[in-house]
Amino acid sequence: MYGKKVKLRAFFLLLIFFVLALSIFLIFKSLEENVIYFKSPTEIKNLSELSDNNKIRVGGMVKINSIKINDKEVIFIITDLKNEIIVNFQGSIPNLFEEGKGVVAEGFIKDRKYFNATKILAKHDENYMPPEVKEALKDDE
Amino acid sequence: MLGQIGIYSLYITSIISVFLIFSSLFFKRNLDENFNSRIFSLISIQLFMVLLSFCCLIYAFIISDFSIETVFNNSHTNKPLFYKISGTWGNHEGSLLLWLLVLTIFLFVFFIYSKNLLFKYRLLTVFFQEIIILGFLLFILLTSNPFSNLYPIPKEGNGLNPILQDPALAIHPPILYLGYVGTSIIFSSSLAALIAGLDNKIWASHIKKWVIVSWIFLTLGIMLGSIWAYYELGWGGFWFWDPVENVSLMPWFCLTALFHTIIVLEKRKIFQSWAIILSIATFSLSMSGTFLVRSGILNSIHTFANDPSRGIFILCFLFILIFLAIFIFFIYQNNISENLYKPYLVSKETSIMVNNLFMMFFLAVVLIGTVYPIFLEVINGSKISIGPPFYHKLIMPLLIPFLFFMAIGPNFKWIKDSLNKINIQQLFFLLISILVSFIFIKKNDVSFLLSLPLFGVGIFLFLLTIKDFVSDKSHISKKISHFGFSIFILSILFNGILSKEYSANMRVGDERVFMNKTIKFENLKIVQGQNYQSVVGLFKIIEEGKVLDFNPEIRVYAQPETITSEADISTSIFSDNFLVFNILKNNGYYNVRYQIKPFMMWIWISIIIISTGGILSFFRKNG
Repeated sequence: MYGKKVKLRAFFLLLIFFVLALSIFLIFKSLEENVIYFKSPTEIKNLSELSDNNKIRVGGMVKINSIKINDKEVIFIITDLKNEIIVNFQGSIPNLFEEGKGVVAEGFIKDRKYFNATKILAKHDENYMPPEVKEALKDDE
Repeated sequence: MLGQIGIYSLYITSIISVFLIFSSLFFKRNLDENFNSRIFSLISIQLFMVLLSFCCLIYAFIISDFSIETVFNNSHTNKPLFYKISGTWGNHEGSLLLWLLVLTIFLFVFFIYSKNLLFKYRLLTVFFQEIIILGFLLFILLTSNPFSNLYPIPKEGNGLNPILQDPALAIHPPILYLGYVGTSIIFSSSLAALIAGLDNKIWASHIKKWVIVSWIFLTLGIMLGSIWAYYELGWGGFWFWDPVENVSLMPWFCLTALFHTIIVLEKRKIFQSWAIILSIATFSLSMSGTFLVRSGILNSIHTFANDPSRGIFILCFLFILIFLAIFIFFIYQNNISENLYKPYLVSKETSIMVNNLFMMFFLAVVLIGTVYPIFLEVINGSKISIGPPFYHKLIMPLLIPFLFFMAIGPNFKWIKDSLNKINIQQLFFLLISILVSFIFIKKNDVSFLLSLPLFGVGIFLFLLTIKDFVSDKSHISKKISHFGFSIFILSILFNGILSKEYSANMRVGDERVFMNKTIKFENLKIVQGQNYQSVVGLFKIIEEGKVLDFNPEIRVYAQPETITSEADISTSIFSDNFLVFNILKNNGYYNVRYQIKPFMMWIWISIIIISTGGILSFFRKNG
């Protein structure tokens, strides 16, 4: 038979293994639920099914002459030069939000043409373009 | 000229580095009386050379020597002097030179303050440290030379990103780097102690000081970055779980775990393997932090200038180091001589292990959340990001047992104790805490499930740490840090629950009502700054006859052409009022954001209290 010490060690090893497995399981489960996918307007148009419960990010350029502002809301159009989507947004807007510049909006799809943004992402400088946008625009060239 | 001096002193540094690596590797053959002083003089020359090179760069920034590309890219003649200097490390090349400088400074200090220790141990530490130094030197010389020349010499530079022209961010990188690089000494010396077979108690009490120093700087460095993000980025938060923030938090978790473990190692001579693993992990995380931020792999809102080829270099270097470390660990693990005694479940050792387990869990959460998007993009090309809910969901519930153990753990004795420690008094405190938390939660109408126990244990920790000040005879440093942590958690919770936010698009003359306050946008005025023009908004917030003035700014910088918002924050002990506004390029509208942030001040104060505990523990006489 194994001694008491070996048993104790084995018990602890098992315990650690179990805790490890459990926490990794929890982390990945939570990961699945909280992932935010990035889509370009074209990808949204080509989506096979629309689920309006999942948060996503839409990136592209703010279409020239598309920003409309009233007391509460900002409405504008994100374009990847092929397709576009109308975004409405309430809340605070970063300084670099400008027509003809890159933008990333986070929120929920209403349908293939409308997007309810909950957040407009800030960027640090005017040269910076989110990698996703750069790629989305590059694909279209 | 400056560039030449700078670059040649770096060449000399690398020659010394190679020489030191070889001479420390084959030291047995030429061991004599002078050997020690020869090594010491080489280290001093090396330090001098790197310092010289760094000063050249600073001087080039001060006199705006645009023949040097780094200066041209990141400076401008009409920038204030302070930001000319801080611009030195506000860019990739300069910040690496700073890394190198801190590496050599720490090695120098280490060599001085380890005189009475085993010579082989010191020499091996020099060996490992020199490998790291050489790696960084090659990195600097091959991929990011800070002194590369420009010809013809431009008349004017590109200027520093205005968002970095800020006092908190000027000192944030050096402080953070002191923390990061401090872990390199821990890494080198843990391997050296293993090979040299240094008694683990001696190693622990020696390296503990370094752990504490790195820990203090890392803590303060993270805080400075967070303060900066709070008032400069205009979102009114202090932590966004952004990848760039996460990479500084990961080594912090590791280092905190190591801080606790090293105490056990010193007192009880156990957990040496674990301490070595933690040392390796901490340094790897610090390095990969630099790698991830600089490579541009991370999709961060804080992205600064970057270049993938640099990332690959650091990545290879990092792999070599980790591989080397693990290899050495397995080869020499027989040198580990831990105390063998029957472990008891209820003891201080166990409670410190519990702390470590939680730290590792938090680390795993942050690590996976940060790295997962990169992997997914490599694997199937989909671009994702992971929002704060992921972290909150996983960290918040685990905080409950964590804080509970943190409250009761420190009171256990070494080796063996009994659960009778959990006496009536503590139960009484726990009951009070839950009651207080219940009343508070009920009043503020938030969800019960998580907030009630979380608040409860937060207050429990707070009460118990206060009680320990009176009743416990042990050293004050730990009590202060733990007390600070309880305030930290409580103020974050209060802040999270009680924060209020209002945003609207307003024109001059508009008035809005929010809760019982009236926000008035009265006027605008233009003010000329040193290297910017600013549009100052004159706002009034009226609450029951009391009038508060807010003057947030929008700064327009010419070099480079950038707009930044400067929030106006009126700070009081219990609450911050935060107002920021942005230009909307359309018919006179401004986007105004008003926030009430309770206990904001206490978040910063508590972090300072936590670090104070560390400082006191550093100056403690007998470890």
